Amino acid sequence: MEEIKRSGLRGRGGAGFPTGMKWSFAKADPKFPKYLLCNADEGEPGTFKDRPILEKNPHLLIEGMVISGYVLGSEYGYIYLRGEYPAAADILNAAIKQAYEANYLGDNINGKGVKFHLAVHQGAGAYICGEETALIESIEGKKGQPRNKPPFPVNVGAWSMPTIVNNVETLSNLPYIIEIGGEAYSNIGSKECPGPKLFCVSGHVKKPGVYELPMGTNLKDIIYIHAGGIRDGGKLKAVIPGGISTPVLPADAIDCAMDFVAMPKAGSMLGSGAVIVMDDSVCMVRVAYRALKFFEHESCGKCVPCREGTDWLRKVLARVEKGKGKDGDIELLSDIAEIMMGRTFCPLGDGAAGVVMGMIKHFKNEFEEHIKNGRCALSC
Amino acid sequence: MIDENMRQTIEGLIKKFPCRDSAVVPSLSYIQKVKGHISENDMEDLAIILQFPEARIFSAASFYSMLKLMPKARYHIQVCTNVSCSLVETETLFDHISGKLGIGEGEITPDGLFSLESVECLGSCGYAPAMMVNSEHYENLNFKKADEIIELIIKEFTGKYP
Ligand code: FES
Repeated sequence: MEEIKRSGLRGRGGAGFPTGMKWSFAKADPKFPKYLLCNADEGEPGTFKDRPILEKNPHLLIEGMVISGYVLGSEYGYIYLRGEYPAAADILNAAIKQAYEANYLGDNINGKGVKFHLAVHQGAGAYICGEETALIESIEGKKGQPRNKPPFPVNVGAWSMPTIVNNVETLSNLPYIIEIGGEAYSNIGSKECPGPKLFCVSGHVKKPGVYELPMGTNLKDIIYIHAGGIRDGGKLKAVIPGGISTPVLPADAIDCAMDFVAMPKAGSMLGSGAVIVMDDSVCMVRVAYRALKFFEHESCGKCVPCREGTDWLRKVLARVEKGKGKDGDIELLSDIAEIMMGRTFCPLGDGAAGVVMGMIKHFKNEFEEHIKNGRCALSC
Repeated sequence: MIDENMRQTIEGLIKKFPCRDSAVVPSLSYIQKVKGHISENDMEDLAIILQFPEARIFSAASFYSMLKLMPKARYHIQVCTNVSCSLVETETLFDHISGKLGIGEGEITPDGLFSLESVECLGSCGYAPAMMVNSEHYENLNFKKADEIIELIIKEFTGKYP
């Protein structure tokens, strides 16, 4: 436990909560059994970083989970895998079977008296289940709708027991931390949030893909050095730095470190590290509309601000995009987004609101053009 | 109807978890895998096996987008139209496939071979545009590649090209 704390590891799912701290809460709770859930419900659009781990290196994750189970005093682990990854399900199940056969999982692992069992639970298509309390509801066989917090899952989680939910990437960092030591690990990348990070770059770059780089790598370098720059001779227009729920950054704001501390200062969030790159052929009104169509579809319907807010944002954006916008629509959009911000049950609503606010903040002129001329200079 | 064989498999799924409730979604997915879709009858049977109210099963079955309560085609095509993919033109890919098969969103071809749906991110954003046919991912697509995939299925099925 001390080693994990010393490493400074932060959750890689999006929120960036210090892992060691989260664990100590669950460990301190006297209730048993404790459960360890791996969040493999990678559904944030733009994100495809966990799939290579699941499909190409499942034993890394299994090892990470065994270590976590040992530290936490948890004897049962579940991998909550998204329904859209059937290939990964087969691979994971096969890997788990191998691990049982080799006695790396079971009642008495390697004869060391440590017990840990692991199984896969496959979801069936619901983005919201990436939120930890919704994931817990879902694994209990209910609709995936978030729970009220507190109590936090570390005290009352799955099957009402102390539960740790960690992202695939987070758990996959553990074997490495144990191998090189927390101290050495904390020297990689940014000071406040150390370690390697998987960045997945998509959109208009020459070499899209998943890149493992030190946390805090400059966003500009990720795009221009690692991903080879903008393709087809295009010019960079905007970047969504951490998956679709994070606010957009205009081309002149990308000279910043990609970590949990620097990104908020730059006006966005690290999120899942999913960098979506857009060149100057992209109409931002259309991107905003497509993003909201997603949020409206995936809103679980539990709380009013999110259910109604995403619906109205999508409706207004649809008419603006089609050139049927009215005067005052921009104000209306900002208004709805402001009302949603901070008032929804879980971060899905905040994400949706933040996306619209970011788009209007940086690309207001395109919205104005759409309303005034029925279309924008890109003629869409 | 859930037969004895399927019941055994479902009992096996139940054993993986600390309580029976957790097996709802895995069981429903399993039924769908075997039968293509989930009928009301199946849900009634499942309620008896899992020992809890049918309403709870129905509530889960209707919540998750991958669970289908209506018959599907033999090959279910899902085209991602989310942002990363639409940056590289999947909306037109969807229209292309839709035109080729002569069916729209959520429809089934008259011979029951294909159904089409536009979906959210499939986790292939770096290799866009992407689609899934049943449980298989297809990436880095273009019109030609999509045509080939569809034609291959048709060929396999009827022994001749369209
Ligand atoms: S956006 Fe299409 S696969 Fe992710």
